[in-house]
Amino acid sequence: MKVKVLTFGITKEIVGDTRVELELVDDSTVSDLKNRLELLYPALRTLKSYFIAINDEYASIDQRLLSSDEIAIIPPVSGG
Amino acid sequence: MVGVSISEELLDAEACLALVADELCGGSVSFVGSVRKETNGRRVTRLEFECYTSMAEKEMQKIGEAAIQQFSVSHVVIHHRIGVLLPGDVAVVIAVSSPHRRAAFEACSFAIDRLKETVPIWKKEVFEDGEQWVSAHP
Repeated sequence: MKVKVLTFGITKEIVGDTRVELELVDDSTVSDLKNRLELLYPALRTLKSYFIAINDEYASIDQRLLSSDEIAIIPPVSGG
Repeated sequence: MVGVSISEELLDAEACLALVADELCGGSVSFVGSVRKETNGRRVTRLEFECYTSMAEKEMQKIGEAAIQQFSVSHVVIHHRIGVLLPGDVAVVIAVSSPHRRAAFEACSFAIDRLKETVPIWKKEVFEDGEQWVSAHP
């Protein structure tokens, strides 16, 4: 399945675009996605942390992805 | 009532306090967060805020609801500015009203602490001699 992943802040600079499209096997989890992203963009591992959001909610590491989901990389936030 | 807003417009603390005004509330507290002109001794030229707007609005709404639930306050308003801000510019305003003052102070403090932990807004500090995304690296 194909997924689109939105990027923000420093991850937009690491990826070099506001989104990245990936081909994942069906039933992939957030953990699978993070592994793939870190393979493609090793600089993600230098971050203090980062989360994956699915449909505007922080996702757990074992949550499964659907190609219809809105997926985003959430690097350490710094609002306020 | 919870009110949230994210925009590039100037923020107005008085307007936020007016939004939480309620004759049943004896106390209102506001927090105003503004851009410092120095970080660790380095002169800040500007801050660039960016945001995942749809998620950030939901997270801010959740913070307001949690504050009402945990501290029994009546109203919480959270307004955040994004875009390019200069030293002295106001980046965030939180206003809380409550029948009693202590709950309003506590809820306001809770809300800004939580905002800095969970709301997907990011700021890049731009210095005279470089730039960095705040908190990105260990």
